[in-house]
Amino acid sequence: MFDTFKAKAEAAGNTVVQRFATKAEALNFIEGYCKEADIKDAAGSYAVWADSQFLKGVDTKELAVRVPGLKFEITSELAKNSKIGITRMDWGIANTGTLAQDATAVEQRLASTLSWIHIMLLATDHIVADLQAFMTKMHPSKSNYLALITGPSKTADIERVLAIGVHGPERIVILCVDELGGVHNE
Amino acid sequence: MNKEFSESIQKALQNKNLAGILERWNYPATRAAAYAGVDFEALRDRIAKIKGDAAGRLDELAENFKKVAEARGAKVFRANSPQEAKDYITNLCKEKGVKNIVKSKSMASEEIHLNAHLAKHGIQAHETDLGEWIIQLAHQRPSHMVMPALHLTKEQVADLFSKETKEKQPNDIQHLVKVARKELREKFFEADIGISGANIAIAETGTVVICTNEGNARLVSTLPKTHVILFGLEKLIENYADAAPILAALPKSATSQLITCYVSMISGPAQNTDGSMKDLHFLIMDNKRTALAKDPKFKEALQCIRCGSCLNVCPVYSLVTGHVFGHIYTGGIGTILTAWFDELKKTEDIQGLCIQCGRCKAICPAKIDIPELIVELRRRLVKEQGLPVVQRAIYAVVNNRRLFHSMLRTATITQKPFVKDGFIRHLPMFLSDLTKDRSLPAIADVPFRDRFKQIRQPKTALKASFYAGCLIDFSYPHIGDAVIKVLNKAGIEVSFPDEQTCCGAPARYAGAFDVAANNAIDNIKALLTVDVNYVVSACPTCTVALKQAFTTTLESEGRTEWLSKAKELAARTIDFSTFITKLVNNGRLSLQAAKGLGKLTYHDSCHLKRTLHVFEEPRTLLTKSGFELAEMLESDTCCGMGGTYTLKQPEISSVILKRKIENIKATGAPTVAMDCPGCIMQIKGGLDKEGSSVKVKHTAELLALRLT
Repeated sequence: MFDTFKAKAEAAGNTVVQRFATKAEALNFIEGYCKEADIKDAAGSYAVWADSQFLKGVDTKELAVRVPGLKFEITSELAKNSKIGITRMDWGIANTGTLAQDATAVEQRLASTLSWIHIMLLATDHIVADLQAFMTKMHPSKSNYLALITGPSKTADIERVLAIGVHGPERIVILCVDELGGVHNE
Repeated sequence: MNKEFSESIQKALQNKNLAGILERWNYPATRAAAYAGVDFEALRDRIAKIKGDAAGRLDELAENFKKVAEARGAKVFRANSPQEAKDYITNLCKEKGVKNIVKSKSMASEEIHLNAHLAKHGIQAHETDLGEWIIQLAHQRPSHMVMPALHLTKEQVADLFSKETKEKQPNDIQHLVKVARKELREKFFEADIGISGANIAIAETGTVVICTNEGNARLVSTLPKTHVILFGLEKLIENYADAAPILAALPKSATSQLITCYVSMISGPAQNTDGSMKDLHFLIMDNKRTALAKDPKFKEALQCIRCGSCLNVCPVYSLVTGHVFGHIYTGGIGTILTAWFDELKKTEDIQGLCIQCGRCKAICPAKIDIPELIVELRRRLVKEQGLPVVQRAIYAVVNNRRLFHSMLRTATITQKPFVKDGFIRHLPMFLSDLTKDRSLPAIADVPFRDRFKQIRQPKTALKASFYAGCLIDFSYPHIGDAVIKVLNKAGIEVSFPDEQTCCGAPARYAGAFDVAANNAIDNIKALLTVDVNYVVSACPTCTVALKQAFTTTLESEGRTEWLSKAKELAARTIDFSTFITKLVNNGRLSLQAAKGLGKLTYHDSCHLKRTLHVFEEPRTLLTKSGFELAEMLESDTCCGMGGTYTLKQPEISSVILKRKIENIKATGAPTVAMDCPGCIMQIKGGLDKEGSSVKVKHTAELLALRLT
């Protein structure tokens, strides 16, 4: 399932899928990624990380010190001036490379719509085969705002030529974490 | 056709942008790739059932939706008219003191000209879908339902953006997209209300599903504190599970994608950026959809999921764009929706653009018979307004077989000055346009009905009647000779009922159902007087008339006393290639393959391929005869004949014809075969006008030479 998911997600363009055994490894990767992306405490260079179960037990204060510019309290102003947005996702859909999340909490939407790069965290065992299977997992009766995301923001409105990053992120980084409970939001 | 409309066609034909853009996209191939491994027929059966059922209970679903959504904290308003919908939004704006709105795509808002209305009240609505924003800046209407600015080039977009930003913008598409991002980003933050449309509305959960690729609907629904979702009643379906097949088909059919980048399901107020809750409004608009649902014929149009695939495959749309072919809603389905949401009269000219090739019907994921609904529009237009005098006069003649046939005989004499080698290449004065891009066939000296009398028939047990149709009877009698020769060889005794007349297709496709019904009855009488096993036709359009259209026409005209006879005739009727395949398969006929016959290309006639689903049969027969089949590009794209289309829309017809001829010539085959005398008339005429040496043959003519 993971392999199909990875292949389909990466086929959406400007998307990479990485797999980690533990939460710690994923954290380590994000820290490195932020540094490489030159995240700093300046407008246009922030990274905003929306709260989720994943952050339980993570010393966010210390992390924010190590990565200046990494913010855990998200405002629209910070999100607007961010380079990276980080959110947890609830489910992956293998045959389309899609990620789904309950986006009712506004910070989930701010961190996933306004930055240039969207880093998504997903429990590897939360990948289902297709949309129909997904629909048995998440139901709109339980959530006011469900969001399905496949690849970066795209348009082909000018001459049917593909262009990436028209309104939303232009790069997607998906981190699948095997360690159970890592990103589960249940 | 009014003069202004005719000029808009001329102007559109000069502009090759859209055709070029569609061609580079190569929709048929990319769509097919997106549907790989999917049982399309099963999928569209499900969608047609879900949407069809929903269309039968729109009021109930809307009330359910309202109840659930209100319980979840949203406000729901049902607007009967465009005015009510517009008033609701302006009142909301006034109440909140709103001057700035951001919009993501909503066809319903285009339908009611919402932006212009808001502007009158001093409220600025900014479109944020890139294509919508471009046409807003250009002060134009969408030319396509999914890709509204498809008709504009990057140069034109760069000019628009340069004006808007007061800075020279280079015509690099990637750069232009980033300009839009920067310009529009601020507008999302400044706006007080977001307005969006909906792709699906789920009654069970009070949910609206919005599909976008750009992500603008996510911003529209997140940043402003108020969100109004405006959608037509027909977006409603009963439950969540019903959304699955629509979500599976919509992106594949619309843009050849497996899924759109973003699918948002909004079922109630979510948090705003300041921690308050969203003021969420669902505005459900009727605007004659309930009336449409009550119409037994047109109800089907409510199944539409607005994928726009009917536009992408339409040979006429790609030439003239939705600015000519449509009004807000574009193309074939757009014409039908315009007749209802706007008024029937608005479609007077645009309905005439449909060539009835049936490509849209074949790919419609909601299984809507668009061409047949267009014919129904024509029928109602004729009922309401009558036929033009000249047409009425022609049909009066067509309804009188003796007069019609004697006039055709007289024409063999009056045409004499213009005929050379069986063609009419030039006609004087007002008729000259008819022969500008194609030569017309001359009326034969001796019609097939007279020639048939000279062919001695064997006395055999298996009997068939030959239904010639006007073109074989009066212009191409040699095709009739070939058909009889093949049938006789298979041990079939053929009769030719003399009272047979025009199949009524020209009248029917023009909406003159009364004329077509009279033709149907005359033919039923003529063809059922002879006791035969089969009625064979070598014209697919005639075959469709005998097999299908007679019944539907008679039903429409209320002449139900003829229905059982029409069905009896339908059961006996068979097209030439299917019949010959049967005869070959059961050993009654064998074809002798000759060596060195060389290459041959085959043109699929619209009615044969898409209505009768016959395309392998003639290919197999011709290959068995020794021809080496060289497939042309777009072999099943219309040749531009479309019955009387070639006379009514000669410019469009000839552009379509030119492309067909290019595709034929590109195969290098010296012969092109087809099963339809109408296509033969068009293609032969076009090749003759070019002085091409490619030979045009009916499959029957080629097989008649290969009998053992």
